[in-house]
Amino acid sequence: MNDTISVTIKVWRQENPDAPGRFETHPQEITTDASFLEMLDLLNEQLNDRGEEPIVFESDCREGICGTCGLMINGRAHGPQKATATCQLHMREFEDGDEIVIEPFRAAGFPVIRDLAVDRSPLDHIIESGGFISVGSGAAPDANLTPVAREAAEKAFDAAACIGCGACVAACPNSAAQLFTSAKVGHMALLPQGQPERWSRTEAMVEVMESYFGSCTNHGECHEACPKEISLDFIAYLNRDYVKAKVKNRALSGQR
Amino acid sequence: MVQSIRERYRVQPVRAHKRNWPFPLNIYQSAVGRKWVMALTGIGLVGFVLIHMVGNLHVYEGPARMYEYAETLRTLGGGLVPKGLILWLMRFGLAGMFALHLHAAITLKDMSRHSSEDSGIMSGAKKYAGGRDHIAATYASRTMRWTGPIIALYLLFHLADLTWGWWLGPDFVRGDPYHNVATSLASLPVAALYVAANVALALHIFHGAWSIFQSLGVNNPRYNHLRRGLATGIAGLILVGNLSFPILTQTGLINEDNRPCPVNDSTGLVCLAEQAEGH
Repeated sequence: MNDTISVTIKVWRQENPDAPGRFETHPQEITTDASFLEMLDLLNEQLNDRGEEPIVFESDCREGICGTCGLMINGRAHGPQKATATCQLHMREFEDGDEIVIEPFRAAGFPVIRDLAVDRSPLDHIIESGGFISVGSGAAPDANLTPVAREAAEKAFDAAACIGCGACVAACPNSAAQLFTSAKVGHMALLPQGQPERWSRTEAMVEVMESYFGSCTNHGECHEACPKEISLDFIAYLNRDYVKAKVKNRALSGQR
Repeated sequence: MVQSIRERYRVQPVRAHKRNWPFPLNIYQSAVGRKWVMALTGIGLVGFVLIHMVGNLHVYEGPARMYEYAETLRTLGGGLVPKGLILWLMRFGLAGMFALHLHAAITLKDMSRHSSEDSGIMSGAKKYAGGRDHIAATYASRTMRWTGPIIALYLLFHLADLTWGWWLGPDFVRGDPYHNVATSLASLPVAALYVAANVALALHIFHGAWSIFQSLGVNNPRYNHLRRGLATGIAGLILVGNLSFPILTQTGLINEDNRPCPVNDSTGLVCLAEQAEGH
């Protein structure tokens, strides 16, 4: 079984961060067994052969776990298939004769570097603000040294599934990064190992997040766009922990 | 001075860090804290709308009982406090909650707008050329910023209509709510306006009442599935109750026929008070 479909690719082209962008249209014959990124690879080979500039897009592992790829396909982050990153999307999701509009993830915090590649470093800044271990903590402790309730472990694992692709920000009408930040805060706040710096971490990460991104209005678009189906429940936990942190941090720093 | 490419293109924060206000005001400086304020004032405002609607059901008991209800509100606290004091305290509380709710909404919307601005195809609102599918966002959640202002304008109209009596003019009788409601809502354009505004109010509450749980982090996997139903129930209750007043006035259930007392602000009110005591 090897069906071939013809589709029209309408892709965003932008020379550099300051250049005005435009859409470019390319007809494409493609086997439905190709993945979406393979389709773009083949398109780039054609562009190369014609001596044109290939389309810049990001990808790394191509198995849905690194979070590097991420395209807005027909107005949906990571395309039409639910719980799937762009690299795991296949052309069999499209029909013969479809027009496929490919755009970069959009947000003021995600400036376009070139074509479809955006700078998602604000997400890294959020992670950085969460802090890091700066003391020699020795070898890894025995795995069963700190008991963790099964429910907490499961929940923390759900949150840790976040690959940091930024689809939640791209899909959010407010460009809020609440789902990303709540997953990162949540997966540590649920575990005993994450308790010592829980409140300072939550406070710092939310404040860096708010310096780049918008405010959550609970539309729920992020959850639909998320390739790892991170739950909106984590946003609720984050909102609760942040205000708790504001009260607790003050007490911890000795201000009465 | 030569600026490196790395420096030149480093992503700049959309918002600069401001000096911290003293605790607990610093909570309001953050968007998450501001959403808390929106949620808490939202609880107060929804509570008011619900109680206001239930109280207004007294209109179906006739002019005397409606008068008695209005008089009870003015004399809350009995002889312990001056007449009207508690009512005015509640009014100031409501106005304060309304102002906070509004301020938080406007500033948060502004923040989200700035976070969505880009040199490309977006200006102000976030739009993708590929057609943005709203998958999870409901009609109610997407129209919060329209239903909000509609409710604010409606509130001003409602106060001018039935509290200050600007529209009814000489027909307005202070202290006789049954008469005022029956007269004002008998006009078709006014009734239509009340219907439209209350549909907007119900939509606003449909998303808002659910959103309260998320914003405050009231989240328990055991009860989460009840939240949508609760929001729908509250919004539906308020919609049905509030729509009944203009619709049943138009159909003639609320009218001035068989009124036991004359309509005026001297003998009429005394008569209503006597009728109310009789029951």
